[in-house]
Amino acid sequence: MRLDDPCIKKLEPPKLNVFERTYLPQIIDGLAVTGRHILGVLRGESITIEYPEQPHRPSPNYRGVHRLNKDEEGRVKCVACMLCATACPVHCIDIIGATAPEGWSDREKYPASFVIDELRCIFCGMCEEACPVDAVELTSFYDLTGLSREEMIFDKTKLLSVYDLTKDSEPSRMGNLTTF
Amino acid sequence: MLTFLGLTALLIKIGLVVGISQGAVAYLIYVERKIAAYAQDRIGPNRCGREFGVPLGLIQPLADGAKMILKEDVIPKYVHKTTFILAPMIAIVTATIGFAVVPFGPVGAGAPRLGADWPVQFQIAPGVDIGIVYILAIGSLAVYAVVLAGWSSNNKYSFLGGLRSSAQLISYEIPMGLSILGIVLLARSLDLNTIIEWQDRHGWGIFWQPIGFLIFLVSAFAETNRLPFDLPESEQELVGGFHTEYSAMKFGMFFLGEYLHVITVSFLTVILFFGGWDLPFVLSADQTSWISAIFKVIVMMSKVSMMIVFIMWIRWTLPRFRYDTLMNLAWKSLLPLGLLNLTVTAVLAQMILGG
Repeated sequence: MRLDDPCIKKLEPPKLNVFERTYLPQIIDGLAVTGRHILGVLRGESITIEYPEQPHRPSPNYRGVHRLNKDEEGRVKCVACMLCATACPVHCIDIIGATAPEGWSDREKYPASFVIDELRCIFCGMCEEACPVDAVELTSFYDLTGLSREEMIFDKTKLLSVYDLTKDSEPSRMGNLTTF
Repeated sequence: MLTFLGLTALLIKIGLVVGISQGAVAYLIYVERKIAAYAQDRIGPNRCGREFGVPLGLIQPLADGAKMILKEDVIPKYVHKTTFILAPMIAIVTATIGFAVVPFGPVGAGAPRLGADWPVQFQIAPGVDIGIVYILAIGSLAVYAVVLAGWSSNNKYSFLGGLRSSAQLISYEIPMGLSILGIVLLARSLDLNTIIEWQDRHGWGIFWQPIGFLIFLVSAFAETNRLPFDLPESEQELVGGFHTEYSAMKFGMFFLGEYLHVITVSFLTVILFFGGWDLPFVLSADQTSWISAIFKVIVMMSKVSMMIVFIMWIRWTLPRFRYDTLMNLAWKSLLPLGLLNLTVTAVLAQMILGG
């Protein structure tokens, strides 16, 4: 582009008059802005959340600890298709599939064991996206702590108990698509 | 003559002033953090002391102080040891001894009396007739702390901080001196107490010397190394400036020195331009009772506190100056303005008030 191109729009900074060139009006404006904020906090308009006393609510699409969903009959929804374990970029999901028990007419397989290593997990949410039956989901649990590495490896029981804990406060994000 | 009783009284006064000012500094840091938080819509320190039932984190300064003392005091191998240790001492000493001539209540003829002939002067060294010159001189000595710290650290960042600071402090001393001269010409005295009494009779200095006040305020900010003029430290480009290599209480002493400087400057502003202990129509130099004296001290302290809060408010409002604009402001704007102000004041004082 040439410098004399007619498309170039040249913006001139506005000329300041003598009073404005002392910068005093701008300083007073600035003081008014900070003053408003200071008085606002004194009136109780701060954005601080005092965490241990006041719970922090993450946004609805926050990706926290996993849960394994159950269907209406209380059975684990997972069909052991291994899609989540394949999608997982850090290989933190370990599933051992088995033939579904007698009477589970809607599927052939179920997970005999379903283990997620929460320490290895990067909480990217790809397992959740890959799952065809919306069995594995991420909850809004953010304060995940433990005293040992073993404690942080979540097995099927633990993941199902996370579902029991959160099923009322957090309905399934993908909608309840049990039939397909 | 200094009697034994007089000496005791003097020592008590010194102890009180030093103790109160150091304690005040600890709480100024707390106030500063609170104001910073409020300006950014946060709450600020409010946890410390909650277990003991102290509200609002009011013992946070104690925790801060304890942290400073208990931290490891690192003296790097490559520093110039003597000056490295000397610099924080200079910072704190120069900031403290300025208080010697600062009146914090009625002094001289207006002082209240214990008994018939025992006036209680609210000043460590009453009747020093070069008070302002003394404070300016001590204030300039504070440059040495920064320069020595920057040089002895043997570190490029510190060195640059020290360089900037020496140029800045020396430049701003000139407009500061010029701005004070106006009110000195009007009051015809360099004694801080006489200046207060003159303002008590004629009205506050800010109405007589509005331009002088402005110049003084700007140079005072520069002299205390506070934002918007904190180029010696400028965390973003110089890491920490002159105190990069300092740790533990040595760093704390620089901190203490800075806040003591803020207190001195606030006292000076109030004394020179806001009438010191004077409250129009209520307090005057003729009242010498104890009640009026205590009231005067309270008025003075509230004015100084308001000034300190204003300085902090400015800090969280304005961004830092660029180095060349800083120098331009001092040499191209404040200095001519100060000279003009001084000339006009001198002419008017000569013509109206008479020789």
